[in-house]
Amino acid sequence: MSSFTPTTPRPAPANTVGFVGWARDNLFATKFDTALTVLAVTIILYVMKAVFGWAIIDASFSGTERTACLKEVQGACWPFIEAKFGQFIYGRYPDAERWRVDLVFAAGLIGLVPMLMPSVGHKRANMIFLLGFYPVFAFIMLTGGVLGLAAVDTTDWGGLLVTLVVAVTGIVASLPLGILLALGRRSDLPIVRALCIGFIEIFRGVPLITVLFMASVMLPLFLPDGVNFDKLVRCLIGVALFSSAYMAEVVRGGLQAMPKGQYEAAAALGLSYWKTTRLIILPQALKLVIPGIVNTFIGLFKDTTLVLIVGLFDLLGIVQLHFTDASWATPETHITGYVFAGAVFWLFCFAMSRYSIFMENHLSTDRNA
Amino acid sequence: MLGALLLAMVWLVANVQSNLERQNINSGFGFLSERAGFGINQTLIDYTEDSSFGRVLTVGLLNTLLVSVFGVFFATVLGFALGVARLSGNWLINKTAMVYVEIFRNVPLLLQIMFWYFGVLRNLPSPRKAVSLGDTMFLSNRGIVVPAIEAASGAGWYVAAFGLSLAAFIWLRRRARLARLADGALMPFWRPLLTVVLASIGVAALLAGVPFSLDVPALKGFNFRGGITVIPEFVALLLALSLYTAAFIAEIVRAGIQSVSKGQREAAAALGLPDKTALRLVVIPQALRVIIPPLTSQYLNLTKNSSLAVAIAYPDIVSVFAGTTLTQVGQAVEIIFITMMIYLSLSLMTSYAMNRYNARIALVGQNT
Repeated sequence: MSSFTPTTPRPAPANTVGFVGWARDNLFATKFDTALTVLAVTIILYVMKAVFGWAIIDASFSGTERTACLKEVQGACWPFIEAKFGQFIYGRYPDAERWRVDLVFAAGLIGLVPMLMPSVGHKRANMIFLLGFYPVFAFIMLTGGVLGLAAVDTTDWGGLLVTLVVAVTGIVASLPLGILLALGRRSDLPIVRALCIGFIEIFRGVPLITVLFMASVMLPLFLPDGVNFDKLVRCLIGVALFSSAYMAEVVRGGLQAMPKGQYEAAAALGLSYWKTTRLIILPQALKLVIPGIVNTFIGLFKDTTLVLIVGLFDLLGIVQLHFTDASWATPETHITGYVFAGAVFWLFCFAMSRYSIFMENHLSTDRNA
Repeated sequence: MLGALLLAMVWLVANVQSNLERQNINSGFGFLSERAGFGINQTLIDYTEDSSFGRVLTVGLLNTLLVSVFGVFFATVLGFALGVARLSGNWLINKTAMVYVEIFRNVPLLLQIMFWYFGVLRNLPSPRKAVSLGDTMFLSNRGIVVPAIEAASGAGWYVAAFGLSLAAFIWLRRRARLARLADGALMPFWRPLLTVVLASIGVAALLAGVPFSLDVPALKGFNFRGGITVIPEFVALLLALSLYTAAFIAEIVRAGIQSVSKGQREAAAALGLPDKTALRLVVIPQALRVIIPPLTSQYLNLTKNSSLAVAIAYPDIVSVFAGTTLTQVGQAVEIIFITMMIYLSLSLMTSYAMNRYNARIALVGQNT
């Protein structure tokens, strides 16, 4: 009779909690994963070291001219940004009048922030302030010439001011225009439909830069002798028309996703076409395509940089312009300027995309989500 | 309404005519055959200052297509890699890809182009102090110089070998497809293809030897002689377009793969398909159906975005035709019309081709 010999105990199961468990699951799950992790860590460390070294360790932080940025190992030239900051925000807007721009920015924030927060009430009054009062206020404050304000020509505008003016006008104009075009494209009237399809396909088929060329070179030819308007306005029209074509396609996607039953139910209730559209279809359709709408806005915001090609000075344009300043000519000036402008654009675009995700979740009526 | 529209058009045309007369600008397309009189720093076809404006248009169009084709290739490769990385179970890889996507798609393309051109490439040392990669490739502020392959007589045999391999590829693929559709039989594909390729190259080598030589660039005076010089404008534009578009393609690929429901993978596993086969035969074909349409529009966007070349004076169609030619000739209406028509036809042709492809891979029997 053999004696009882217990089998050797099995090893304790792998740790599945805490950092070790997490790392085992997410970083070292297989041999291949481990190799990837090691490779990624190496690359990340290398990039971080380069970025950190450039932006902080080897960078210059103070100084009043180029000699501050001519060290042996030179990183970013931040004094350049500091010295030109006013120009980057306002362009050549006269120093004494810059408070007007600040006021417009502040009023915009005051109107926009409560509008974007779903928990704050009085949305209708807020809307009237933003779309009725604010544009008039901004126009008067920025251009001047009335109420004792000195007139400031748009050729003196520049920097972030121009970027925001072009972007905000484009956004405000393209949404309603895009909705109308999308409705027109699905209209039963053949001429309206043909015109809308033609408009949308032409503007979507060509690059924005040719539209801007058209606005700046060709548009004056179409106007009677002596009639001419501001270059900024012409670019605004170009940008608005261009983005409304993209907006129309996004909205059309939403309209197409509406089940037929919604139209039939509205018809059964005796609602007219416009009432059906306004009260039943659009609220649902637009909600469906919020990500697409915001993506169009983001695209438009990035596209505002193109106005520099036709000779307006938006943020990128003014940064580019100041590279020619001999008193700041260093090997690092360009990269520093681009990184600064890039960071500003990135901040706006990233904020918009995050807000769209927030809004999508907030408006979602899907209980399974 | 139609009447008002017609009236407005007549009014606009009348305005254009009176404006053109007043500014002494010709009309019509006659200028296309006039002498251009300016040089272009990258031409794929013969071009001299004596060439016509029509030639300028062709040169510009070819340059646009060149950068677009390369851009589409690199953006697709990088975009698919990033899209797959975004779905990786490896946290670090996943987040790195996310950071890449969030940075590159939220910064204006024009800024990225200028960054690479004015910030990086123009800051490189002069040819005399060029960065050398193994003494065969040189990186300087005049661009990248790479060795050129020069073919001597006898290279035709290699071309023939390539043609034969291509024909074998097409025929084998067709045979395998027909056999699979007929009775589900799996035909050998890679092995016969490899045999044909190796055999045809071997025969070519026996007949012609190695009729290729490498033309390695060397520094002579202030610049490089020999090899092929890739101008910095091209490099900057290509880099920016590829890196920017890859971020968008990554998101499209991720969404496409995620759109294939988990049940499909589980069903494939239940049928006993190994992971790799399930990916190839079940997941990817379904994901492609979702990926292809937005991917096409990204390719179109890339082509249209290549028009930003004008900012760094890469000689694309907008830069040499809607830019230089326009300032010399002044015929804005015709020139902008031609430019827009070219982009429009490019985009209509691409969407036509993609719609055909889409119809082919769409679910049979699904009518939405």
